[in-house]
Amino acid sequence: MVKNIKLITVVFLVIVSFFILLKGLNKTNNYSPKLNSSKIDFNFKAKFLYSDEESTLYELINDKDYSIINIWASWCLPCREEHPFLLNLKSLDKLNIIGINYKDKEINAKKFIKELGNPYSKIVVDPSGVNSIELGAYGVPETILINNNSKTILKKYIGPLDNKKLDELKIIIKNEN
Amino acid sequence: MKIKILVLAIFYLIGSFNLSNAANSEKVDQISKNLRCLICQGQSVYDSQSDFALSMKILIQKKIDEGKNDEQIYDFLKSKYGEWIVYDPEINKNTVLLWVLPLILFVFGGLLIFRKVSIK
Repeated sequence: MVKNIKLITVVFLVIVSFFILLKGLNKTNNYSPKLNSSKIDFNFKAKFLYSDEESTLYELINDKDYSIINIWASWCLPCREEHPFLLNLKSLDKLNIIGINYKDKEINAKKFIKELGNPYSKIVVDPSGVNSIELGAYGVPETILINNNSKTILKKYIGPLDNKKLDELKIIIKNEN
Repeated sequence: MKIKILVLAIFYLIGSFNLSNAANSEKVDQISKNLRCLICQGQSVYDSQSDFALSMKILIQKKIDEGKNDEQIYDFLKSKYGEWIVYDPEINKNTVLLWVLPLILFVFGGLLIFRKVSIK
């Protein structure tokens, strides 16, 4: 009887671990960037790069129908790569591009903009990185598309923009209305 | 003598100042130990010195200063980064086995012992 129970235990454990491992194989165990809420129900204050005035997030995403919030830094190489794509997006009428300068020196940030052009209608600075965290950002670069009227996040890209993402963004903006 | 007292008083003030400062950051440590640093594999926000983790710690401090409690801070971060950010997994259909398995094994083991004892 005791022997039987031992055998059953072993078989049971093997079967259970088999199924756990099988399940684990099929599931990617990276973090899930899926959000519980995409609503912007928070606010923060940030200083502008080119003036000493401050603005709240709500004020920033007030103009036009859509906003893109792009988190960037002059020390971030992929930001340099994605810059032409942001300049490309600047031509869209319904869209307002806001830059959040992440943990950067102002002088370097200004140099970056001077060198590569300014796609942003407004740039605010985030020297401690806290505002970016409030937006749910992981690092730089990151791009967030917001519907200004409903104050919801429509799309979020972690990492630099490319041709594919650019097309996707344009399609979302075109089809939303 | 007077100088001695003055020096002691200054040290005392510095000490108490540090202590009152430390009280809050201890709370930050406590919370950040339960948070996964999402951009560094296998580290908590507390352990990590990455930009992400450093900003996160400042944010937690800010939230504490605003009078938020632990639960509110965890919920806030979960709504931003998903459930993965906390080390404590919630019970749902993906994690139910994780929670129930120890219980099953415990009962099973208890049964084994019970059998053994009653046979004797």
